[in-house]
Amino acid sequence: MADQVYWDNVSEGMELPSLRKDPTTQQLVKYAGASGDYYQIHYDKDYAKNNNLDDVILHGALKNAFLGHLMTDWMGPDGTLRRLACQYRGMDSPGRPITARGVVTRKYQEGGNYLVDCDIWLENVEGQRTTPGSATVVLPKN
Amino acid sequence: MNTPASFLTEEMRDRAIGQESQPVTADVEKGAIIKFAQAIGDDNPVFNDEMAARQSRHGGLVAPPTFLRSVPVARAEYPFKMPYERLLDGGSEWEYFEPVRAGDRITAVSSITDINERAGRMGLMIITTYVITYRNQFDQVAATQTNTSIRY
Repeated sequence: MADQVYWDNVSEGMELPSLRKDPTTQQLVKYAGASGDYYQIHYDKDYAKNNNLDDVILHGALKNAFLGHLMTDWMGPDGTLRRLACQYRGMDSPGRPITARGVVTRKYQEGGNYLVDCDIWLENVEGQRTTPGSATVVLPKN
Repeated sequence: MNTPASFLTEEMRDRAIGQESQPVTADVEKGAIIKFAQAIGDDNPVFNDEMAARQSRHGGLVAPPTFLRSVPVARAEYPFKMPYERLLDGGSEWEYFEPVRAGDRITAVSSITDINERAGRMGLMIITTYVITYRNQFDQVAATQTNTSIRY
């Protein structure tokens, strides 16, 4: 289990540990099965091409899950995810690694909770942020 | 493709906003949580290993943040014929209020909260905002998911 991060030790501007993902067509099929999203542009190349795409593309929701993974790894077992948001700006395809990254944008107290806001995103090997987003977590205090 | 300059009228927008789906209820199975965690490549023990998860503050297996994507939901219907059949997911915003645990019974309701059109590189696009509310068996809102869906 990941080490616990404490609110006291977080500072604005701090980077979250990055998380690299190497999606494969097999993963897209597994995700289709696990999520029930069987839209063919995620596993049928001919279908994708008929929809003006060069290749099958990752489910947006799978990319959302990668950003969730980034946050739950970082906040540790005693952190609580309050909010997770992302936009699908660019498409990602299997065989092309993507990295989830984040940076702390705000550290504050609210209603007796110790909160941290982060900007988060997925970037491809060209450094393009295909999936920008943001998240809020409640962290334990030392 | 013959793209009209406009499709949505104010009257259509007014009728669409507030449309709600039928509620759909489903049980959260332990195996489904584990299968979902494996599919997204997340080996965190609280999502994968019941014995290890019992040692956590949750006292048992919980679902990863986007697991509720796998819970069935009926899409709120447009109150008019929608000629644009191709669909892209524009983004998602989740708010979390209660953990989702193995054994929970979740009821999902989708509603249309906004609809607009925009001319894009693929022609006219209809952008619909849906909010899905997920309630557990204690009638607590476990999470809401705001989705932007693009039809073109």
